[in-house]
Amino acid sequence: MVEWTEFERDTIKDIFSKIDYDVVGPAALTRCLVVYPWTRRYFGNFGALYNAEAIMGNEMVANHGKKVLHGLDRAVKNMDHIKESYCELSQLHSDQFHVDPDNFRLLADCLAIAIATQWGSAFTPDIQAAFQKFLSVVVFSLGSQYH
Amino acid sequence: MSLSSKQKATVKDFFSKMSTRSDDIGAEALSRLVAVYPQTKSYFSHWKDASPGSAPVRKHGITIMGGVYDAVGKIDDLKGGLLSLSELHAFMLRVDPVNFKLLAHCMLVCMSMIFPEEFTPQVHVAVDKFLAQLALALAEKYR
Repeated sequence: MVEWTEFERDTIKDIFSKIDYDVVGPAALTRCLVVYPWTRRYFGNFGALYNAEAIMGNEMVANHGKKVLHGLDRAVKNMDHIKESYCELSQLHSDQFHVDPDNFRLLADCLAIAIATQWGSAFTPDIQAAFQKFLSVVVFSLGSQYH
Repeated sequence: MSLSSKQKATVKDFFSKMSTRSDDIGAEALSRLVAVYPQTKSYFSHWKDASPGSAPVRKHGITIMGGVYDAVGKIDDLKGGLLSLSELHAFMLRVDPVNFKLLAHCMLVCMSMIFPEEFTPQVHVAVDKFLAQLALALAEKYR
């Protein structure tokens, strides 16, 4: 089981109470699709994704970004049982969406950058460390049911 | 995943905009490396204090950023231009190349913190590719 310090627990709750899901979610997914273009393979039915401008203006990408970010809520509420919370979603991503789990890590990196853009210097090294630790647990959990 | 000429121009342009804050970014990036990836402190056991924000960490971050800027000037031939630095990292420092990626990520975080408007997704991809090419050039002499 993952051990969390009080600072880490407070930081995660604080981050998720303060971020604007409607901005950060779309920004993170957009960056992922632009910076790691192979991730576009999973969004064949999202319409125009052929360049950065198209991706940045794509409403389906924006909506999906919000959805994905809200997908982290269950981990925030359940920090002591993150792996269990993602059992079903992990199976889904493996068996239905066939997403290479390394992509979760790429999206997590983009999420850190999206928040850094919003928060500036308020995104301190300690906060970044706690956030990335949290994301790495989620990433691991999402990959846990692959077979 | 080599850089197009447009991306090279994007990198040069962004690094030039960043130049007034390059020391801060270098110092912050290395601080974040040791904070977010504590295992990287293993390379700095000879320092009295390798904690985030410490003087040796900040100073070394500035040195590294200087090297990155130097590489921007050699963007058309990174392998050739970084030969001696590669030999240093391969034979003397022996830093596991996986750490180049981790530091690159921390640099990107700092750039996005300090230049949120300029660090657009298009700039992000160009800089990420550049740092990846830089890492490859640094690892050239490893084996």
